[in-house]
Amino acid sequence: MERPGCRMNTLTVDRRIKFQEELNPEFGREIAVTPGGENLARCIQCGTCSSTCPMSIYMDHTPRSIIAMTRAGFEDEVLSSNTIWLCASCYACTVQCPKEIKITDVMYALKQRAIAKKAYPRRFAIPVLAREFFKVVQRTGRSNEGRTSAWMMLKTKPLRILRNASLGLKLLRRGRLSMKTERMPEGIDQMRTMLADVEKWERRAS
Amino acid sequence: MASVQPDGEPRIGVYICHCGVNIASKVDTESARDFAGGLPGVVLSRDYKFMCSDPGQEMIREDIREHGINRVVVASCSPLMHERTFRNACIAAGLNPFYFQMANIREQVSWVTVDRAEASAKAKALIAAAVRRVARARALEKKRVPVHGDVVVVGGGIAGIHAALTLAEAGKHVYLVEREPTIGGHMAQFDKTFPTLDCAACILTPKMSEVGAHPNITLWTYSEVDAVSGFTGNFRVTVRRKARYVDESTCVGCQECVEACVLRKDKVQVPDEFNVGLSKRKAVYLPFPQATPACVVIDPNACLQLMKGKCAQTCVDACERLSIDFEQEDEVVEVECGAIILATGYKTFDAHRTPEYGYGRYDNVYTSLEVERLVNASGPTGGEVKLRDGSAPERVGIIHCVGSRDRKHNAYCSKVCCMYSLKLAHLIKERTGAEVFNFYIDMRTPGKGYEEFYDRLLEEGMQVVRGRVAEVTDWAMTDAEKGKLVIRAEDTLIGTARRIPVDMVVLSVGLEPHADAEDVRRRFNISCSTEGWFLERHPKLAPVSTFTDGVWVAGCCQGPKDIPETVAQAGAAAGEALALIDRGHVEIEPNTAWIDAEACSGCKTCIPLCPFSAISRNEELGVAEINEALCKGCGTCVAACPSGAAQQNLFTDEEIFEEIEGALSYA
Amino acid sequence: MEYLYYPGCSLHAAGKGYDESLLAVFRALGVPLRELDGWNCCGATAYMSVDELKAFALAARNLALAEQECKSRDVCLVAPCSACYLVLTKVQHRLNEYDQIRRPIVEALRNAGLTYHGDIRVRHPLDVLVNDVGVEKVCEGVTAPLEGLKVACYYGCQVVRPYASFDDQYDPTTMDELLRAVGAEVVDWPLKARCCGGTLTGTVEEVGQRLSYILLKEAKERGADAIATCCPLCQFNLECYQTQIARRFGNGIGMPVAYFTQLLGRAMGIGDRELGLHRSFVPLEVSAV
Repeated sequence: MERPGCRMNTLTVDRRIKFQEELNPEFGREIAVTPGGENLARCIQCGTCSSTCPMSIYMDHTPRSIIAMTRAGFEDEVLSSNTIWLCASCYACTVQCPKEIKITDVMYALKQRAIAKKAYPRRFAIPVLAREFFKVVQRTGRSNEGRTSAWMMLKTKPLRILRNASLGLKLLRRGRLSMKTERMPEGIDQMRTMLADVEKWERRAS
Repeated sequence: MASVQPDGEPRIGVYICHCGVNIASKVDTESARDFAGGLPGVVLSRDYKFMCSDPGQEMIREDIREHGINRVVVASCSPLMHERTFRNACIAAGLNPFYFQMANIREQVSWVTVDRAEASAKAKALIAAAVRRVARARALEKKRVPVHGDVVVVGGGIAGIHAALTLAEAGKHVYLVEREPTIGGHMAQFDKTFPTLDCAACILTPKMSEVGAHPNITLWTYSEVDAVSGFTGNFRVTVRRKARYVDESTCVGCQECVEACVLRKDKVQVPDEFNVGLSKRKAVYLPFPQATPACVVIDPNACLQLMKGKCAQTCVDACERLSIDFEQEDEVVEVECGAIILATGYKTFDAHRTPEYGYGRYDNVYTSLEVERLVNASGPTGGEVKLRDGSAPERVGIIHCVGSRDRKHNAYCSKVCCMYSLKLAHLIKERTGAEVFNFYIDMRTPGKGYEEFYDRLLEEGMQVVRGRVAEVTDWAMTDAEKGKLVIRAEDTLIGTARRIPVDMVVLSVGLEPHADAEDVRRRFNISCSTEGWFLERHPKLAPVSTFTDGVWVAGCCQGPKDIPETVAQAGAAAGEALALIDRGHVEIEPNTAWIDAEACSGCKTCIPLCPFSAISRNEELGVAEINEALCKGCGTCVAACPSGAAQQNLFTDEEIFEEIEGALSYA
Repeated sequence: MEYLYYPGCSLHAAGKGYDESLLAVFRALGVPLRELDGWNCCGATAYMSVDELKAFALAARNLALAEQECKSRDVCLVAPCSACYLVLTKVQHRLNEYDQIRRPIVEALRNAGLTYHGDIRVRHPLDVLVNDVGVEKVCEGVTAPLEGLKVACYYGCQVVRPYASFDDQYDPTTMDELLRAVGAEVVDWPLKARCCGGTLTGTVEEVGQRLSYILLKEAKERGADAIATCCPLCQFNLECYQTQIARRFGNGIGMPVAYFTQLLGRAMGIGDRELGLHRSFVPLEVSAV
């Protein structure tokens, strides 16, 4: 499908065919056993999810397409799509799906695998933001929008900082931004212990 | 029929069936055979691959003849499957069939137990139980009861009409009971039917007239079945004929009363059910011009005279035939019949339950049934497809699968919606020249002429978008969308999101069982499936009979289907009912109760308990007596009798206790 | 009924006005809100994108703390931020339904000296105000009804989906009810629960900001003087990005976006500073009230 605004001066010819041996059907089965992914097999490709998703018009593969590809084992295409990152977790798809597939949870499962495999452009803002967020919370127990955003901007497109400078100042002036992270008054060790426990469990499970 | 009379001792033959691998793969049949061979009273024990086959049955017959077997136990499938087969084998060899006992080691063991050892142990327990029970069996004779020749058909839609006519033509007397004031059902509301685009009224009304005129059909409309008792061949049906407040025998349907009715203003009139609420009607009305019987009815919830006792009664003045009678009351009638056919139909899915489509919120969102009335020449708009403001739509969107194929509502496919959506697309385009879009998941067109109909619609220029619609909105993104209803869907085949502004949205709502289907099924003593449709005896081999002998189902009350299939089922039900009636008799299990006069103390506990009034008191002897002809073998008196004098054939105390002991002995 | 308060990280930063106005309104209505001691970040959507089990651990710790802190069984955890509300509710469901999540989380909690029974009710302030306090009681506290203010109520996503426990998923009305009760004219519009773009407004601006722009534009088209929100991220997106949106789409909307609690507070005569209204980007003064 030609995207508007794409200019072609010459006619290019593409060859698109997928051999079964290039696919990973195990991938689909793996996602189907994650909590929330149980009903993946039921999908009848009706397109309701894509119909309601406000972000679907920007995705390279619509949510419906991602489900079909996941089921069939198109692991690389799915994990490198922009779909999983553009999903804003609005849950519109999940509540509308006639087969009660928890599509948003499938998107989370895919995001987690994409991050684990580092299957995204190094300077793509969304996963970078997620990882920065993760780091701050690990360290302090609370999140800090200012710090997280600043690091994200630095790591992706430093020009952003300039663009958002006035916004940052306005927030600062109104007491809505603090570069100093608020710390948990107590319990940070307990939280860290818990996270370490979970980490051990995950390593044992894998 | 000569019976082999046992000379004292039971000589039991046990037969263990493998049922191919159905039983043998789970139950150790050889070990079971050996086990059975060691049980008291068992003379021989065999196992065989298929006991129900000819060689299997011959085995039983030969053993009875050659080895003097006088009690038979077969451990195989459910008695519902083959009790009759093996009983017949006994009869053929001269043995009373009630010396036969079946142990179900398939449905109750091999099909439901995972562990082989457990399955084998359970099978042995059931076999032991059957062996001990059969040792106490007594020779009984099946009763023959005559079948009443009349049939009651419940529901006067196309299914009920066809079934009634078929039976009437065969010379049987039929009571056709219909809840609405007229027969015709939903089909009477349609304009054209798919795939031929036959006019529904044109093909239906002649049949309706035939029903009204047929000497063998007693047509009771505006009536409901209140109660049913009895059993196959001998039912007693209580029908409540609701008061119309109009004398049906004199009214000719001239409708002068309707013209005269004081409720002239729109705001006091009530929504017209036949027009699905798109128009209003007065308190007295004829549902539609071809209503059969052609008799008006007065709605007690709208009539001022009936509600408040105060009205000028202009209707009474207008009626030349003096048919109006405000004193009329419901009439309760009891009839006897041999067979019952349920053809009560369906209702459509309430689109309010899918608020995302805007039904009830936006003016120009209609259900398919409402549009049927719009396109109908005798409908509220005289056959014009108009928006609420009276203008004609230029673009219409039809949304498939509303309330169907959706786990949040009904998981099943309603079967007819794709076809009727195509039909409506054609009719809308024909009437208005509008551009019509169909939004679907799959296009289901399997019937005769159906795919060709789809072809025709495509050739006529109907637009299709394969994508289930998530919502209908009035939020406009472009100027062209302002003031329209926008349908946004993913065109999955082309691979892009689309926004299509339309003037009118049609929701293809699915079919559902009636709200009171559960109550009705209890009244007739049949079952419902999980979705609430009446349950057929077997989905493939017995689609119109039920698990209750003598009661059949036909049409949509059994599940969504189109008119050809409905008519076919109606004919099938009529045919099967005819088989029962023409056979003229039914054989009843000899499970009647009797009183042991010696044990009876004359306490009279049992007499008022009998639901069939079969027990009376012998004043001379001071004991109770049971009339065998009336006894239905329910067992109530047997359970209530304090002295154990009341006993039941086929279920004597000793038989039951022996069965229990047998099952427990092998634990 | 005890009400424990879980502000969440946003309400101590960009969403400070929500925190201030919520506490002020609840105080004025006589509903005590006690902040949960030692709470940690719920993880929101970002954490769950990286590691789901750890995300659930974070959220579960808060629930276990709430259980521990309250002796009575009749306790609610009030979470005003939509993301917090969703994550806390989601983890409860997950712990109930999936053994493979329950076991490690409960074990981790136990090792940390905490227990989890799952009796805490996670609730949104809209739910508490409409169902516990009651619209009538709110009415009683009104001294300066918001006459003449046309407000479009914006619910966002995560308060109504997927756990629509106190309001309808397709047509939520609790906020409408409350604001109508304090005298505002509520504008009905079809986008009241359509996504504002979430975190995409800062990462993939073209996509995220357009979603917010669509909301602002339609609210204005429907005649709203202001938008009322119940989520700090929604409020941030709709209010703080208005300059960037104006530049990007060539259309400046200039719509005040307040927390519903700020509007309720105004109607109850509470001062602007107390309600955090001095932190707004687009002052409420622009409109009628």
